[in-house]
Amino acid sequence: MSRQLREFIVGRTDAESGAGASATVGMLGDALRPRFELGAGRSATVRHVWLDTFDWRLHRAGVSLEYSISRGAHRLSLLTRDSVQADTAVPRLSLPALTEQLPAGPLREHLAPIMGIRALLPIVSFAGTTREVRVLDTERKTIAYLTVDEAAARRPLATAWGPHATAPGSDATAPGSDATAPGSHATGSHATALAPRIRIAAVRGYDAQADRVERLIGGLPGVAAAAESAFHAAAQAAGMATPGYTNRVDVALAPSMAAGPALARVLLRLLDTAQANVDGAVRDADTEFLHDLRVAVRRTRAALKLAGDALPDGVAARFAAEFGWLGQLTTPTRDLDVHLLGFDAAAAGLATAAPADLEPLRASLLRYRAAERRRLIRGLRSARFTSLTSDWRAALSEVRAAGDEAARRPGPTTHVPIADLAATRTRRAYARLVRTGSAVTPAADEDQLHLVRKRGKELRYVLEFFATLYEPAIHRSAVRELKQLQDCLGDIQDGHVQREAIRALAERMVAEHAAPAATLLAMGELAAQLDATASRARGDFARRFAQFTSPRNTRRLALLAEVAA
Amino acid sequence: MRIYATYNVKGGVGKTSAAVNLAYLASRDGRKTLLWDLDPQAAATYLFRVRPRVKGGGKALVRGARPLDAAIKGTDFENLDLLPADFTYRKLDLRLHEANRPTRQIARLLAPLAGEYDAVFLDCPPSISLVTENVLHAADALIVPLIPTPLCTRTLDQLTTFVGALNGRRPAIVAFFSMADRRKKLHRDILADLPGQRADVAGAAIPAMSVIEQMAVRRAPLPVYSPRGVATRRYRELWREISAWPATAPTDRPVRRGGNQPSIRRISQVDDREEGVSDASSPPEPRRALRA
Repeated sequence: MSRQLREFIVGRTDAESGAGASATVGMLGDALRPRFELGAGRSATVRHVWLDTFDWRLHRAGVSLEYSISRGAHRLSLLTRDSVQADTAVPRLSLPALTEQLPAGPLREHLAPIMGIRALLPIVSFAGTTREVRVLDTERKTIAYLTVDEAAARRPLATAWGPHATAPGSDATAPGSDATAPGSHATGSHATALAPRIRIAAVRGYDAQADRVERLIGGLPGVAAAAESAFHAAAQAAGMATPGYTNRVDVALAPSMAAGPALARVLLRLLDTAQANVDGAVRDADTEFLHDLRVAVRRTRAALKLAGDALPDGVAARFAAEFGWLGQLTTPTRDLDVHLLGFDAAAAGLATAAPADLEPLRASLLRYRAAERRRLIRGLRSARFTSLTSDWRAALSEVRAAGDEAARRPGPTTHVPIADLAATRTRRAYARLVRTGSAVTPAADEDQLHLVRKRGKELRYVLEFFATLYEPAIHRSAVRELKQLQDCLGDIQDGHVQREAIRALAERMVAEHAAPAATLLAMGELAAQLDATASRARGDFARRFAQFTSPRNTRRLALLAEVAA
Repeated sequence: MRIYATYNVKGGVGKTSAAVNLAYLASRDGRKTLLWDLDPQAAATYLFRVRPRVKGGGKALVRGARPLDAAIKGTDFENLDLLPADFTYRKLDLRLHEANRPTRQIARLLAPLAGEYDAVFLDCPPSISLVTENVLHAADALIVPLIPTPLCTRTLDQLTTFVGALNGRRPAIVAFFSMADRRKKLHRDILADLPGQRADVAGAAIPAMSVIEQMAVRRAPLPVYSPRGVATRRYRELWREISAWPATAPTDRPVRRGGNQPSIRRISQVDDREEGVSDASSPPEPRRALRA
């Protein structure tokens, strides 16, 4: 059951006086008399840890999750801006924590759809003194609890999630990338004071009395209603941008920027994203770290292929092969992740075999994954990977710096503007997709459809790289249409690829004597289901493609190219 | 959600003390607990320092004009909430009578709280009325305080017969000795004999002690101000017995002799085996017969 959240900030006057929480509580007691009395209070050193997923899903969903530790007791509080959704004692949390590692109950039910498959991580942490007192009515019944969080001893602690601290800040001056680049996060190793915070928690059924308490406290000089959440204040005090990490390519480009340096900014942003995910991928906090790392690498490879000619001669060719290696390094683990992520749903969907029949497959997948992860970690810790990222960053920084230098020079510019590049590449990617898709006949094989999907991805990447150059509403509609086509193509290809993967896994498990007959039969049924899904999607392709190449959408894409130019 | 009702047709036998202390102990076990003070005298409400008032009174609750949820007050103790008494509860029989299915209204009102609470305690007024019938239909277990006097078995037999005659689902009966005074030989004899003879009498007996009466002075559950006292220990033993009562009670449970073995048996199951034996002249089967 949720309850209203009432929070106040105590002005600096009180804190500067050095009076501390006791004086604050004394001031509150004076304000509440004679209608209310304050009961005996207790003070405790509390460590507050705000948890979120790496991509700040909770923050984006408008909630914050506070994990507090005091005298060996652990609590989780789920707060919105103006309400306490859940506040419960929990056993010690081991972080990172996936949904299933949280204690069962309303809190987990609330968090599960927000977190999805991502793990909770400590984002920012403060230690401080909290004083809690009861507010009593004339019967000496507790009607509310007041907590005063002392600011003086609060200190942001470095989070374990190094990417915030270790990824080199790449583009502090670039529009768009300075606010959200992972590298811009502070380590939080310095002491930072927060304003003392008063929280009123009404006892159930005593909201009217708590309202009165709120009014009396709100009327005190130097006390103001908290305008921002405790998490927001803590993150800001720790020097973090809110929200933090995102995997979007949100580099703001001006149409007149030189194409090469502008592309370098996009590529630096992708490098930031890739590097931000390395630590989580190595630690295996959740499977999305590796996924985001792969997406950043794939986008980089696509950018080199589609627009690499905008970079100085030889740069794209020099790095394309290395990013190819990096992509391949991550593929086996990711493929196994995909199998495992969909495992329960697939097992539950079996019609004739029992879900338990598939358990040996799960055991084999986990075993193969452990082996592949060792290879992945070796690769991500190798000198080759370190050189690739550092050389790539140096090359891109050079291009960007040269562009900045040229922009500062007076006189007419001779460079190709990024808007022109965006326009030509948008037109080209769209034309190639339409040409490849139009060649698909009912008899077309899987390879042809796979080619269409690749062309679709190329267009999608172009639309992402140059997103800030397009008219937003048209851009959104075009991406939506393309996504529907891509989803259809994805179902076709994933069905085929996974079916073949199941076959290969079956052969491997048989060779290892790890597949009982019941498991092989269940895997056969699974393969048949994947085939059926792919066939259904295949039947839908013509309609989806016709929708995508409709005159309306064609006009949309043409407009995008024009607007960019 | 398990529903317990403290009930006795007589007043002043320790119903409210039991309801308050057992509810408190349940909450200390980590169970989300609600105590509904159904007695218009509002003693349990007073003990928790809550104002004995429900907006709209019993009428609003029974008619659904005010959901039960909205009338609940948090107590000063974690996991323990109170649905306060209201003086209009003295007319609750009339309000229940006006409703459809008048004997099932309390069960209906409590049903939406099943997701929120693990345990609900109903502190009943001393009477046999429509409220009582409602409580019997809603409760999983009827907790009956008995003063260890020769008439107490008669009281228990009457109640057992009454419950046995109910249609449909029937609560288990858990009697326990309350206000037991070991200075009195009569009390000592009954305390020594009856729990061994009857499966529906708990082993833990609550002594007559002024520290329990001080609940009204301290306005708090006994374990709060006397956490290690004898009386608190007895309530803890009683709660252990009651909370160990399984969802599906076996028909023949191990015999307890002064230990902490659960001694509670569903009366309905005794009745099932003794079909047709449900009037006051046929008391429940004694423990020794069960052993045989």
